[in-house]
Amino acid sequence: MPNNKSNLILNNEIVTDEWSLVTMPAGEEVVKKQAGKVVLFKLTGESTHSAEQVAQTVIPATGKILVPLAVWQARKEELAPRHAAGEIGVWLDTHELLEDLVSSVDDLNSLPLIAVHVERFADGRIFSIGNLLRMRHHYRNDLRAFGDVLRDQLFFLKRCGFNSYLIRADRSAEDALASLKDFSQPYQGAVDEQLPVWRRVNRQPVSQ
Amino acid sequence: MYKYDEIDQAIVDERVKQYRDQTRRFLAGELTDEEFRPLRLQNGLYIQRHAPMLRIAVPYGMLSSRQLRKLGDISKHYDRGYGHVSTRTNMQLNWPKLEDVPDILAELATVQMHAIQTSGNCIRNTTTDQFAGVAPDEVVDPRAIAEIIRQWSTFHPEFALLPRKFKIAVSGTKQDRALVQAHDIGLEFYRDQDDKVAIRVWVGGGLGRTPILGSVVREHLEWQHILTYCEAIIRVYNLHGRRDNAFKARIKILVKALGIEEFRRQVEEEWQFIKDNPNTITEAELARVSQYFTQMPYETLPEHDARFDSAIASNPAFATWVRRNTHAHKQPGYRAVTLSLKPHGRAPGDITSEQMHLVADWADEYSFGEIRPSHEQNLILADVKLSDLFPLWEKARAAGLATTNIGLLTDIICCPGGDFCSLANAKSIPIAEAIQMQFDNLDYLYDIGELELNISGCMNACGHHHVGHIGILGVDKDGSEWYQVTLGGKQGNDASLGSVLGPSFAAEEMPGVVQKLIDVYIRERTEEERFIDTVRRIGVAPFKTHVYGDKKKEVAHA
Ligand code: HEM
Ligand code: SF4
Repeated sequence: MPNNKSNLILNNEIVTDEWSLVTMPAGEEVVKKQAGKVVLFKLTGESTHSAEQVAQTVIPATGKILVPLAVWQARKEELAPRHAAGEIGVWLDTHELLEDLVSSVDDLNSLPLIAVHVERFADGRIFSIGNLLRMRHHYRNDLRAFGDVLRDQLFFLKRCGFNSYLIRADRSAEDALASLKDFSQPYQGAVDEQLPVWRRVNRQPVSQ
Repeated sequence: MYKYDEIDQAIVDERVKQYRDQTRRFLAGELTDEEFRPLRLQNGLYIQRHAPMLRIAVPYGMLSSRQLRKLGDISKHYDRGYGHVSTRTNMQLNWPKLEDVPDILAELATVQMHAIQTSGNCIRNTTTDQFAGVAPDEVVDPRAIAEIIRQWSTFHPEFALLPRKFKIAVSGTKQDRALVQAHDIGLEFYRDQDDKVAIRVWVGGGLGRTPILGSVVREHLEWQHILTYCEAIIRVYNLHGRRDNAFKARIKILVKALGIEEFRRQVEEEWQFIKDNPNTITEAELARVSQYFTQMPYETLPEHDARFDSAIASNPAFATWVRRNTHAHKQPGYRAVTLSLKPHGRAPGDITSEQMHLVADWADEYSFGEIRPSHEQNLILADVKLSDLFPLWEKARAAGLATTNIGLLTDIICCPGGDFCSLANAKSIPIAEAIQMQFDNLDYLYDIGELELNISGCMNACGHHHVGHIGILGVDKDGSEWYQVTLGGKQGNDASLGSVLGPSFAAEEMPGVVQKLIDVYIRERTEEERFIDTVRRIGVAPFKTHVYGDKKKEVAHA
């Protein structure tokens, strides 16, 4: 049921999206097969676009824009003034290398938004990317998941440092909000709550 | 054993609620098959040939009598009156209804049980040795660490959707009974030169269609760092494991592709960033969890019990059972007992609801109320006094749980195969049953001695055929069921993978083929040799000649 309402969750609320998503023009999509089955996932580090696609990407002249990592890398000079104005967010795919994003900018926190595109909800690389951005690279601004984003993965995304989720268009963001509260006291330390439960609460042994 | 506090209880209760809603949305058409699949799998629910199969977690193979009674009730009420002990020490129901699963989970939660992560591409149930805490050769009781790993891995947010399933085993003994080399991560406790407890970390083992024994990624790890080190390993795997081909997605393939040195380098680099982070295990947390696994309140007993000794002397059947089905115990005057779930002619590992209730009663009466399913698909009462063995044996025998075949040819490990599993190439249970009937003579079985025979219905290797002394694998030839035989596999510290004997056989040939393998062994063995020793000494060739030589003649006659 497509609707006009926003499907973007930011910090536990549904908000309208201030950012325009920039995508590359379609390239030649080669259908790959392995053992007779269509390959659904791209390998980490696999390159999936051409220099042409990067060059031909149409960038809106004004407003906050969320640009693909490859475009950001290749056209940084052109984007520099807008970057300085806080109008550039960067997105990457789960198979792209986070190192490329990190080395593309002096200060990651000069990006008000980083977004990770997950083509299939079952692709758990997005969780490690979130963790590394927050913990290793100390990224503090908005971190968004978009693509095949469904409510049953939200709790995990939140725990891995995401604070924004663009729920897939045919699903309700309203319903999805509930899933952010699936568990009240998770066991292990992660990004949102770094202490494992035994450091958070005084757990008394239960008598035998 | 471990007892839930309100935090553990809240997690399983919240899980029931979450899964109930997921099932509701699936039935209402709000979730597609594809979307529901990982959700139900991470809750142990497979859709198989006839009905769903629900795999209930028995963490590191520890059950209380109360839990086993509940499993008896559940299998009676929601299933067909029996359950199945799996090779990863879980309990499986073969006929539950998808709509009933939330109610089953709610019942399980009342006895501190669940089905979380018993399937799916996530960290699975951590397994260990069935004699943990009672084995005389134990270095460390591995159960506290296994429980700490259970909690850490439960709903681990970063590792919820890995490229493929991920299994961790912990061994605390000199003789490895936890198969650490056949797991994605194997943690092996040992004492280092300074007599301090250390862990050797194995990685990248696994059976399945590409059987590989693990490699050592770190020779010496201190226990405080187990979780962060596992985190480093699994993060490297999560990011770089292959997702493009399910058959190449296990960590073993990544380790092979990178080579163990490069894999180790990446893990160590990752670990430097997270070492000492808050998931580092503290003395206090280890102490808290260890309190649940302290020594049982044993009586101080002499090594010998007069009544027991005279029962052994006067009753050969009892004596045989004691020799085959009971095991040394670190506490004088006690033994561990294996109740055989392998009566000849029945599906290995199956147990009826009534038997579950009986075993629960015996556990209360004789073994501190605890039961342990083993990866060989039997049940163990770990702490039985010598003086209680005779009455226990009489009851077990009456209930069909005292077949004296533990460790022998008919103690077969067998997957559900074509009778239940939709991935099967061939049936496996009828093969096990036919072999058991072929070797139904107990004296003959004892003469053959220790032998592990493992059967899988396809190359996914749920029945561990690669590490069976004799392995049987179901293969598909032009749509009909055939069986390939491997010889010389072994679990344990000196693990090995079996070699293929030759062209495969039809189902009705299998008991005869096994018979011929045994004939060669009997002919060739030296006094003290077990089957596996003879195979290792003389190689596969003599077996091959005997099996196929005759086969050719028969064909020629026909
Ligand atoms: C009937 C439903 C079942 C299905 C559909 C199923 C499916 C599979 C598949 C696809 C694999 C291979 C995974 C891989 O190599 O990546 C596998 C492995 C395995 N299964 Fe099952 N299985 C079933 C039942 C069982 C049962 C009943 C047991 C225990 C008796 C079992 C124990 C195992 C074990 C131990 C492995 C691991 C081999 C290894 O990774 O080392 N499975 N299963
Ligand atoms: S080995 Fe094959 S046939 Fe047997 S249970 Fe596993 S997947 Fe099914």
